Amino acid sequence: MAKNNCQLQLRMENDTLIASLCGELDHHGAVAVRTLIDTEIRRLSPKETVLELSALEFMDSSGLGLVMGRYALMQKLGGEFRVSNPNERIMKIFRLAGLERMVKIETASGSQGKANKSRERRTKNEAKGK
Amino acid sequence: MKPKGSKNSFTAQALNVMSIKLPSLSVNEGMARAAVAAFCAQLDPRPVEIADIKCAVSEAVTNCIVHGYKNTVGIIYITVKLCEGGIVRIDIRDKGCGIDDVKQARMPLYTTDAENERSGMGFTVMESFCDKVRVYSKCGKGTTVTLFKRLQGK
Repeated sequence: MAKNNCQLQLRMENDTLIASLCGELDHHGAVAVRTLIDTEIRRLSPKETVLELSALEFMDSSGLGLVMGRYALMQKLGGEFRVSNPNERIMKIFRLAGLERMVKIETASGSQGKANKSRERRTKNEAKGK
Repeated sequence: MKPKGSKNSFTAQALNVMSIKLPSLSVNEGMARAAVAAFCAQLDPRPVEIADIKCAVSEAVTNCIVHGYKNTVGIIYITVKLCEGGIVRIDIRDKGCGIDDVKQARMPLYTTDAENERSGMGFTVMESFCDKVRVYSKCGKGTTVTLFKRLQGK
């Protein structure tokens, strides 16, 4: 198979499966990543799955499907799911789909995206002020 | 004719053009966005503008592969024009199946491929990361998506 721009690392910590993505996630990469994560979820049946995105530099709408699909799988199996540390670019795509209203998203600045929202609002007000 | 640089005019003269052809293999998605971004770099765009372009191109190219050519391999034609006033025009064309109802296809969350976890957000992403998106499609003939982006530069 051709080289994947998206590297995936899976590790188990207590009852939590941590899937760390690195590089660029597009439709090409998402297919392989999805299969690998799902295999591990089914094999280890973790209480919680975390999608760690701090090292992910690029993501397009394929990432939305990946997040939604894993969220649905964990729900089906009665477990928790959260997304951790997406960058501002990736957060923008999540917000477009309203994903932050469904899935728990943790950012470095604290609880999910709220801080970013107020920042956005402030910038808008500043722009109006000009 | 609209005056040059007016807000809604995307008809400026092309200063430089790049055309590439790629087979519709998913491995080429990364190649397509990287090539377009590298070509646009000569306009000295801001990093966020390059990120917007990469993402929009990735969506359009993925559409050609997933929908236009479905389970076949065809050619994706990409033309990038750098125009006066920092305008970038990107045409992404396939000779695939075409879109029945373009208006419906552009609706957020609309997808014909839910079982493969397509989110139906491709056109929405293109629209929010570009200044204008034009879709021309004919059933059985193919689809052309044109992305317009005005770069503010550094």
